[in-house]
Amino acid sequence: MAAQSTTSPRRTRPHRTRRVLGNLLYALVLLLVLFFLLTPFLWMVLNAFKSPLQIIKLPPELIFEPTLRNFQNVFGTQNFGRYIMNSVIIGAGCTLVGLLIGLPAAYSIARYRQNRLAIVILMARMVPGITFLVPLFIIFRRLELIDTYTSLILAHMLVGLPFIVWVMVPFFESIPRELTEAAVVDGASSVRAFVSVVLPLSGPGIVTASILSFVFSWNNFMFSIVLASSRTRTVPVAIYNFISYAQIDWGGLMAAAVVITLPVLVLAIITQRYVIRGLTAGAIKG
Amino acid sequence: MISRLIDRHQRWIFPLPAVIFIVLMMIFPLGYTLWNSFSGWSLTAGRPNTFIGPVNYIDIMQDGRFWNAVWNTFYFTALAMALELVLGVAIALLLDAKDYRGKRIVTSILLLPMMATPVAVAMVWLLMFEPTAGVINFVLDELSLPEPLWIAGSATVIPSLALVDIWEWTPLITLIVLAGLTGLPSEPFEAARVDGASYWQTLWRVTLPMLLPTISVAGLLRFIDCIKTFDIIYGMTGGGPGFSSETLNIYTYNQAFYYFNFGYASALLVIFFTIVTGVSLLVAYTRRQLEV
Repeated sequence: MAAQSTTSPRRTRPHRTRRVLGNLLYALVLLLVLFFLLTPFLWMVLNAFKSPLQIIKLPPELIFEPTLRNFQNVFGTQNFGRYIMNSVIIGAGCTLVGLLIGLPAAYSIARYRQNRLAIVILMARMVPGITFLVPLFIIFRRLELIDTYTSLILAHMLVGLPFIVWVMVPFFESIPRELTEAAVVDGASSVRAFVSVVLPLSGPGIVTASILSFVFSWNNFMFSIVLASSRTRTVPVAIYNFISYAQIDWGGLMAAAVVITLPVLVLAIITQRYVIRGLTAGAIKG
Repeated sequence: MISRLIDRHQRWIFPLPAVIFIVLMMIFPLGYTLWNSFSGWSLTAGRPNTFIGPVNYIDIMQDGRFWNAVWNTFYFTALAMALELVLGVAIALLLDAKDYRGKRIVTSILLLPMMATPVAVAMVWLLMFEPTAGVINFVLDELSLPEPLWIAGSATVIPSLALVDIWEWTPLITLIVLAGLTGLPSEPFEAARVDGASYWQTLWRVTLPMLLPTISVAGLLRFIDCIKTFDIIYGMTGGGPGFSSETLNIYTYNQAFYYFNFGYASALLVIFFTIVTGVSLLVAYTRRQLEV
């Protein structure tokens, strides 16, 4: 320490300019990364408020007179309100049923080290969804369940359930076993101990699991485009149908994209801490 | 009475609903697919669901469109994964190097691409990639740089799709590596500092080797997702132009839901499933070897 301070006066000036330069370079690279990540969102929002002529105009205008016509189209002629409701029903359904069967399973995996069961559930995350989708389509067609909430909720659970188990197992592992054992000694049944002792301590875990399950159901495209039709069409399918027309309505498309992504992004930012933990938990745990 | 039963057999009864779900929604469909893969079932060709032996598999081996799909799948996966890993780790190290105000906001921004609905994101990139009216070629034109056809050209379509995937998923690698960095013990870094190691020496000899397990898990996660990428490819190109971005996932989807060749599609699924599981196990095995 003493040696350092004796040499420092002589080296201050070049040192400081180097540090300032370093900081500038650092800020520049950081801004470049952020610019790359944010540009598509900026482009989506800008064009959602443009008229067809403004959209194809080059050079693109960053300042212009915004129009709300695209949004009126999306909710008026395109009936997006209905699709949003479908997506909410399916997302909420797959999350609730997923929690109902996933929470006790995750608890059991954590408590009795049922690793084989854990691996099978994580397989659903690993195996390409289409492997399940083709046979499920054939089965649901025979059961006349195509275009019903039932088939969509069941299929979306293949996406949501692994997240729920993945997030909850390490969470349950961290809850001391003595707590439930004490409850059982006091005469509570195992179900009772789980519901009134373990679950109240698992709030953050359940929030994380629910958000991930809901968001990935909301975003899901492949299961919905096959299993949903006019009655249960979800938002990702609805936005995809926009481009099947001969003339692409870019303004409407961007407005629809804003309507779909905005709620998810707001949800993600509000619950950022939990979402990051949920997304990275499996990887860190190894 | 029932409560007693549950108490005694808790370890079987708690996971039971999940096990029933797995059997009905995963294991049965997989077995059914295996069975169908030996059938000539096709709605468009009007063939019934009858056993024809391994004919589908023999046909697939001679199917040029299948081998094209295999190539496209691995080309896309290798390109996207490699760049995501390099960029993701680099950005994580960058964010970790300094403290500044607004770090939380940067983390929020990292979350946005991967939480946004992929199909919606695909539509935005479609507009930006537009060869004549798109903003990307406009900027390239202003800078007098060559203007590629992006997803409209058969040579550029896979790199363009990989770019979208990189935009979407590099932040996941960054977040995982950032979490891994906070979990590292501080002693080796102090030892390196005492020994007078420079920043780059510490990075190559201490930080990266210690991060290797984390990075390899992140890589495995990305491999699994890249190889089955569907939304952005189907949303932006549908496998085109021609078949130049038709991956295994898209080809199987088309065989099943465009041509309704359920038998042939099932055989493709069995092969696809085997490839994904095989490579994943291989990576997991190699990783274990690396750690020892």
